[in-house]
Amino acid sequence: MTDEKEILNELLEKQKAAALKPKDRYEVPPQLMPTQDAVERRNNVSEVALGYTETQARLEALRCLQCKNAPCMKGCPVKIRIGDFIAEIANGNFDKALDIIRQNSLLPAVCGRVCPQEVQCQQTCTVGKKFKDVDKAVSIGRLERFVADYGRKKTSKTPQVAPDTGKKVAVVGAGPGGIVVATDVRRAGHDVTLFEAFHKPGGVMVYGIPEFRLPKAIVAEEIDQLEKMGVKIICNFIVGRTRTIEQLMTEDGFDAVYIGVGAGLPMFMNIEGEHLVGVYSANEYLTRANLMKAYDFGKGADTPIAMSKNVAVIGGGNVAMDSARTAVRLGAENVYLVYRRSEKEMPARVEEVHHAKEEGVEFHILQNPKRILGDDDSNVRAIECLKYELGQPDDSGRRRPVPIKGSEFEIEVDTVIIAIGNGANPLIGQTTPGLEMNKWGNIIVDEKCKTSIAGVYAGGDIVLGAATVILAMGQGRNAAAAINEYLKTE
Amino acid sequence: MAHKIVSKQQLSADVFTADIEAELIVQAAHPGQFVIICLKSQYSERIPLTIAGTDKDKGTIRLIWQRVGKSTAELADLKSGDQIGSILGPLGKPTHVEKVGTVVCVGGGIGNAPLLPIAKAMKQIGNKVISVIGARNKELLILEDDFAATSDELIVLTDDGSYGRKALVTEPLKQLCQAEKKPDLAIAIGPTIMMKFCCEVTREFEVPTFVSLNTIMVDGTGMCGGCRVEVGGETKFVCVDGPEFDGHKVNFDLMMKRMSAYKDQEEKALKQYQKHRCKIGLDK
Repeated sequence: MTDEKEILNELLEKQKAAALKPKDRYEVPPQLMPTQDAVERRNNVSEVALGYTETQARLEALRCLQCKNAPCMKGCPVKIRIGDFIAEIANGNFDKALDIIRQNSLLPAVCGRVCPQEVQCQQTCTVGKKFKDVDKAVSIGRLERFVADYGRKKTSKTPQVAPDTGKKVAVVGAGPGGIVVATDVRRAGHDVTLFEAFHKPGGVMVYGIPEFRLPKAIVAEEIDQLEKMGVKIICNFIVGRTRTIEQLMTEDGFDAVYIGVGAGLPMFMNIEGEHLVGVYSANEYLTRANLMKAYDFGKGADTPIAMSKNVAVIGGGNVAMDSARTAVRLGAENVYLVYRRSEKEMPARVEEVHHAKEEGVEFHILQNPKRILGDDDSNVRAIECLKYELGQPDDSGRRRPVPIKGSEFEIEVDTVIIAIGNGANPLIGQTTPGLEMNKWGNIIVDEKCKTSIAGVYAGGDIVLGAATVILAMGQGRNAAAAINEYLKTE
Repeated sequence: MAHKIVSKQQLSADVFTADIEAELIVQAAHPGQFVIICLKSQYSERIPLTIAGTDKDKGTIRLIWQRVGKSTAELADLKSGDQIGSILGPLGKPTHVEKVGTVVCVGGGIGNAPLLPIAKAMKQIGNKVISVIGARNKELLILEDDFAATSDELIVLTDDGSYGRKALVTEPLKQLCQAEKKPDLAIAIGPTIMMKFCCEVTREFEVPTFVSLNTIMVDGTGMCGGCRVEVGGETKFVCVDGPEFDGHKVNFDLMMKRMSAYKDQEEKALKQYQKHRCKIGLDK
């Protein structure tokens, strides 16, 4: 028997005898996530984090104090009963644990991987507080992933669907929010059609988040599940152009519509040289690489991508990390991550920053490009950067980056990837008269995700601005409940 | 959902046309809009092509394309009755069709295809339409009869003089602008360099000019920004802000450079395909 198993058995014995004290729980070492070797993974797109073993999961679960006030739950946007599912893991009842999670979250295999737990459930965890280190909090996300993956290995149950109501609902956009709405509304017995503009459903989970962080097979399983429930999925259909929302409701017989189109309009910096060959938005770079599999160009995939030697990624969020790590895998020799604040202010997850560094991404903090320089053929040759220092806190509460005069210097690169966020895609707004939007083009909704048009609901990034998968799912849940309620009285 | 090719024809050495079933798109399409097609698998390239015409009764859209890379070569190898994997559309803003008086429609090479439905719409609303269509040589000239049927006046040219007048399209365009009553609007669609020079001519005479841009795209819905161009000093996306823009404000030089971004990879892919095609006998 391995040491780990011995420790686990001892702890379980103690628990059985009701002798397991918080002190014992604090003494269990935080379980580290097994990962693929950093050098090896530079050359493949397979998943980096490999997942806990059963023993590891149960040990980690025993670190949970089962707090009565459950601070972790308050940090969860979809209010998963965290303490309860973790207790089931400790006892080895993984199926029960999954059932508990599924009551509140429909995509645990996704959320366990991509949720920023360190600023949600794990931030408020008592164990982390005790050690004054959020990294020592109970690894709720990894435990969620563990049970979700455990469930994946067995045939999953298709959720029950209520008898047909005769009501039709259109869900626009097959991303995480749309998938949640489609599931919940279909469960209530309504006829649901999910419209997707791309040739493949999944939204940011297929075009944006790379395979090495979220295997596409997981997304495909969730889509299969939807189809088994009787949700119709129509790809290559762009609402606003192929049919408008008005047409869907007045001509095609849809009683309600959910708009979950995401924030599909990349921002640029509006600096000199952004039109040079070799400058990408992160959206374009990631879409070419992930959705179109440009890393297999000439071997079954037909979409090309820059074959770069030296790459600069501009930005400090998860999308910037994804872009940088994708560039590494596409064979770039040097990948620089250029961010105008310090590492502390980076919005990216700590784990992603850590993985990026392990894979050799070079961090250039407190720097920002002033212009992009080209050669005679208009290919990117270098970026000219300014050095920055931190000033007073700004509206976001983070210290404002202030450029240092005369600090210009060049970094030689052939590719620049701009990952500074997305604006709202104008299409739905332009083609839906009466739909109220704010000055940034985000759709205005009430607390039930209802828009200014009766029967039309919206959520996710098109409402929130660029946010996360879990927030889109949380809004989807609310919206679905509101739609089901609306259709009762309609 | 796959789409059947109802009929397909070769218009010149490298130019092909096909009518393809796409019922929903036909209902929604307006002149000036485009579609994105994927040939087969989910990893086929997404190819943006302007809609060259629609047949509401048959539920078909007409596409016209030039064989330039692997994907367009593959498309050219399909036959009537074959299926196209997927078609997304109609995309982009429709042409603003208005009665302004005299409209000059200038088309070059493959650009004649997207120009035709616009010329028809301009004529239908009551404009006098003068069409100037050109190609490198006689063999590459397309849609002459269609333009003859829809124009009040038609000027046909070839660069080498093998057919029609030997001149570049800018020459008759300039003459039309110099006339006592200059045109009220010009529309130029063709190779980027042609559009650039057409705009230089009309700028001099202050004739408002629209161009339709065919930049590199991935999604075609505003998501990737790969199609961006500089218009009046601002960054615009061809897929959602265009494809038509005020030609006097477009930075064509920048656009031309961006168009060549994948030249080497595209050439390699085409060669590889041609070799494969030859081996399986598609070239016979």
